Amino acid sequence: MVEFFQYVINGISLGSIYALIAIGYTMVFGVLQLINFAHGDVYMLGAFVGYYSAKWFHFTDKPSLTNLILVLIFAMVMCASVGYIIERFAYRPLRKAPRINLLITAVGVSLLLEFSGQLIFGSDPKFFPELYIPQTDLSIGEIKINPLQVIVLIISLILMGFLQYIVFRTRVGRAMRAVSFNHDLASLMGIPTNKVISLTFMLGSALAGAGGVLVGIIYPRIEPMMGVMPGLKAFVAAVLGGIGNIAGAVVGALTLGMAETFLVGYWASTYRDALAFALLIFILLVKPTGLFGTNRTEKV
Amino acid sequence: MSGPIQISNRLGKFHSNWIWLVTGIFIWLISIFLTDQINPYYLNIILYSGINIILAVSLNLVNGFTGQFSMGHAGFMSVGAYASAFITTYFQAHHVDLFSNPLIGQSIFVGSLILGGLVSCAAGYLVGLPSLRLKGDYLAIVTLGFGEIIRVIFLNVDAVGGSRGMPGIPPLSNFGWIFSFVVLTVFVVERLIKSPQGRSFLSVREDEIAAEAMGVNITGAKVRAFVIGAFFAGVAGGLFAHQLQFINPVTFDFNRSFEIIIMVVLGGMGSISGSIVAAVFLTTLREALRPLQEITQVDLRMIIYSFLLIVLMLTRPNGLFGTKEIFDFLPGKKK
Repeated sequence: MVEFFQYVINGISLGSIYALIAIGYTMVFGVLQLINFAHGDVYMLGAFVGYYSAKWFHFTDKPSLTNLILVLIFAMVMCASVGYIIERFAYRPLRKAPRINLLITAVGVSLLLEFSGQLIFGSDPKFFPELYIPQTDLSIGEIKINPLQVIVLIISLILMGFLQYIVFRTRVGRAMRAVSFNHDLASLMGIPTNKVISLTFMLGSALAGAGGVLVGIIYPRIEPMMGVMPGLKAFVAAVLGGIGNIAGAVVGALTLGMAETFLVGYWASTYRDALAFALLIFILLVKPTGLFGTNRTEKV
Repeated sequence: MSGPIQISNRLGKFHSNWIWLVTGIFIWLISIFLTDQINPYYLNIILYSGINIILAVSLNLVNGFTGQFSMGHAGFMSVGAYASAFITTYFQAHHVDLFSNPLIGQSIFVGSLILGGLVSCAAGYLVGLPSLRLKGDYLAIVTLGFGEIIRVIFLNVDAVGGSRGMPGIPPLSNFGWIFSFVVLTVFVVERLIKSPQGRSFLSVREDEIAAEAMGVNITGAKVRAFVIGAFFAGVAGGLFAHQLQFINPVTFDFNRSFEIIIMVVLGGMGSISGSIVAAVFLTTLREALRPLQEITQVDLRMIIYSFLLIVLMLTRPNGLFGTKEIFDFLPGKKK
């Protein structure tokens, strides 16, 4: 039983990181109907921005929670800029092109980020600095909880709450929802759709960047190819929850995170990467709209 | 992707089956008399170009001609590679005397290639039947997922070495066989898309709803294109395994699928000669970049590929040749 709860906790902390990436996927899909393959690589960039900023600003000398938050904010800002650049120069010129061209471009951007990452950062793994060293160990009964996991969970919850606020309580958020509902109609209503799409990319990328820093805190091994699998899995999580639905993405990510830790814990770790795809195929065949998605009818 | 389907008789008077046979004989003449003269390093590049041509042309049938964006071609390649390598290594381990007679040895090899292709076909059918109900981006990611699942399965099957891979595959691939299958692939795909069957593939690409309204069984057409593509990918995998003499699951990860996609997209989705040119170009580029790679320790090739892909999509989204063939650009061709 202790083992079981341990897995649940690990699953939630893994799932909360998937959730941060999945939100970006689902938001971008909402406004552009595009699977942004490069999203997982923006998350990788977030981890590396965190790594280098912690080094340059000498945050590792005196680890504290403030340093962690500063690094987090810096990474989010940098990733938001990268997100803007990607959208502006790779995706915007193709707004009127067939969707498959957009998909190919997304694959291209993803590969470009990965392999330039290898060129710039080096292909060998690096170890994320300890930004915050907790003093005490938390434990409930026999279940041990790594305080870092709690911090990661709290930070991701705060970020998700903030996003929820932006999307549902502000004018910009309303514009985003309008664009994702109907792009052309939104622009007829005077919504600057290009700006809204850019902003959506920036928000999604900032969250992915935060995910990169947070994953560096729990699993300190970072490398330029680290974004590929979490990126694809976060997409699966987004589909699981119903693509375009932010709350659904979070639920999907937590489900996937737990399913993975259970699989690794009780059965075999080698099948881990296949699980997400098997789940994706199953979901798409049984209920393509996901758990919370709405049906869209296709018009001729 | 759009535009009317061209029903031009592209090859003109060469458009007879004789040319294929003559090419086949020519290939074997080169194979027998010339391959010993060529520098082994260059020969190797030529052989890998051939394998990549098979992969690119067969993927073009799915991605280009039928318009179903598959991202799992490396998965089918691995199925064929493992199946045929398993057969030949089995014969080598238990009946090594059979290989002393070159005729029997070669028949075992070709048999294993065909069988590998058929197993790959079966995999293609299993994958295609459920996933081809999906469209566009979803299909792309599901095929990518299937490719990864196939890889993970091979990673866990101990009979083929698991993550250690499969060493000691007999070096049976040669110029003759690789280019015979190149000719066969090009022949089948070229003739197929001129046939009524192939026309239905094109109609699915152009407009699924209209095609369905005209009585085309669109799911059937997609699955058929997928299965034929998988067959040739499997054969290419078998040739690859017997050329490299070692395969492991990492060889067939999604980066390889991307590589084949880049060839198809660069050459033009829906252009056989485009795929051939792109496959040869990218295989040569990889080798040309090798000295630079040794200095920087990074796979520069992928940076160039990906950059090429983005620039191509922004400036010439239909690839080099679009849906045209190289013959269409020759002077004196009647439009």
